[in-house]
Amino acid sequence: MQRRATFRSPWLPWMLVLPQLLIIFVFFYWPTGEAFQWAFTLEQPWGGGREWVGWQNFAEVFSSQHYWSSVRISILYAVATSALAIGIGLLLALFVDREVAGSRGWRLALIWPYAIAAPAIGMIFRFVFDARAGVFSLFNAMMPGLWDPSLNGTHALLMLILAGAWQLVAYNFVFFLAGLQSIPRGLNEAAAMDGAGPLRRMRDIQMPLLAPTFFFLVIINLTDSFTNSFGLVDIMTAGGPARATDLMVYKIYSDGFKGLDYSGAAAQSIVLMGLVVALTFIQFRFVERKMHYR
Amino acid sequence: MVERRPWLDLATHLLLALSALSLLLPVWLAFVAATHDLAGVNRMPINWLPGAHLWENVVAAWERGHFAQRFLTSLGVALGVTIGKIALAMLAAFAIVFFEWRARMVVFWIIFITLMLPLEVRIVPTYAVAANALRPFQAILDVTGLTGLIEAVAGIRISLEWQMLNSTVGLVLPLVATATGTFLYRQFFLTIPEELVEAAKMDGAGPLRFLRDVLMPLSRTTMAALATILFVYSWNQYLWPLLVTTEPDRATVMVELARMVPRGDSLPEWNIVMAGALLVMLPPLAIVVLMQRWFVRGLVQTEK
Repeated sequence: MQRRATFRSPWLPWMLVLPQLLIIFVFFYWPTGEAFQWAFTLEQPWGGGREWVGWQNFAEVFSSQHYWSSVRISILYAVATSALAIGIGLLLALFVDREVAGSRGWRLALIWPYAIAAPAIGMIFRFVFDARAGVFSLFNAMMPGLWDPSLNGTHALLMLILAGAWQLVAYNFVFFLAGLQSIPRGLNEAAAMDGAGPLRRMRDIQMPLLAPTFFFLVIINLTDSFTNSFGLVDIMTAGGPARATDLMVYKIYSDGFKGLDYSGAAAQSIVLMGLVVALTFIQFRFVERKMHYR
Repeated sequence: MVERRPWLDLATHLLLALSALSLLLPVWLAFVAATHDLAGVNRMPINWLPGAHLWENVVAAWERGHFAQRFLTSLGVALGVTIGKIALAMLAAFAIVFFEWRARMVVFWIIFITLMLPLEVRIVPTYAVAANALRPFQAILDVTGLTGLIEAVAGIRISLEWQMLNSTVGLVLPLVATATGTFLYRQFFLTIPEELVEAAKMDGAGPLRFLRDVLMPLSRTTMAALATILFVYSWNQYLWPLLVTTEPDRATVMVELARMVPRGDSLPEWNIVMAGALLVMLPPLAIVVLMQRWFVRGLVQTEK
């Protein structure tokens, strides 16, 4: 990537990157470093600064039953949301790519959900699935307790997964469609000449060629479900009922800002950072290297 | 289309129509709820067709949520993040691609590592920084002993403080501190032919002149694509505004929307809440519908 024709100046490049470096130093590197510092120290109750406590904060987090249940729920939420969103996104892209009449219109009809903010769609799902006002109110009147996300943890988690998947479908659809459209048309046409029908071509040509996009989206969807679910949880369930939807990112927020346990929240942040970095690493190390069809 | 398959085409249309409708369904129900009065929205079974009270509910939501003010705040944040990110990204990518200097690769990596960790995972310490943005520098002065030295020599105790809570700057800056735009700009700059640089140098144009008169006009499409996704992204922010706006009057639209439902067991006035939800999602929706081409391009490019 080194270019031959470049400018030279002892100070100008520094001036150009300085604003960006300053901002990421203050709002990225410093807080990240501080998260590590807080995770290994404990604020003294009557002043006197922070005392080094080694792994004690992590030991406390890991010995908490609530933490492990939060991890379990987060993994369940991330896997279910990603699977739903990727499956539906792939199916829709395969069919829109057939270029039936009006494909452009279909594209718009399927991507707009990406523009909707988590709080707005969270609020809407909360209303639609509300036990007293939503679509289930009639069944609840006939059979009380049939559906109530404010009391039943499973219902609440299910509602959250549906909302999360609803949000991600459009994103996956856009990427699958872009992936499909970069497949050389000749391949598809040659297969059609050989007598392969549209469904056969989807299975044997398009899907294998989409493998890089697919794995890329798996990683992005999982990462997004782990880190970006705060808005939905806070609006729809606030972690309840009885911690049934207390996802990791929400627990960091509630322990840190409601419980004022900065060290515990910092230790949990480090674990979540580790998870996100590991997912990114998998993406770069395995997915981007091994998937080469060109 | 490769061949004619009328039946499969019909099935395709049916499948797509069904999917589009099921994606639309929750929003449709929200719209219907926003067109009924309180009795209509709580009716059993629920209404599936719109009523006649849309305008009343929209006005009620607009006034109850102080949306005139909230929309201005959100607009300020969205524009601030969009413009700030594009400007910083362009300058930094320009320095990284078009200059020959020793620290180039180091700076490149320092900037690109920020792509790895989203704001959510470092939220608690970032909040502490927003409470005093000069805190890192104060800490550096303290640790290096400069604070004590200056106090001894000049007799002044340095205590740096810049409190950003409840300010637009505090809302914007932490959201700007990632490298998404820089990466996109770098990719674009790498496609600029070398001859263009050489020709500019031969004509006696300096680097800044080259940036202003050659690169900026060429990068118009990149800029448009980036601007659409950044606007949508920053308008839809929730966690950070929730933390930083400790005064209710400084809230963004999303924070205000969350507040429209009372915590606890009382039944919310869903007709008004849904009208509010529809209002806050209009601006990004308009961007995506009107600028679909740029939006899709920006979305696909920033992640690669």
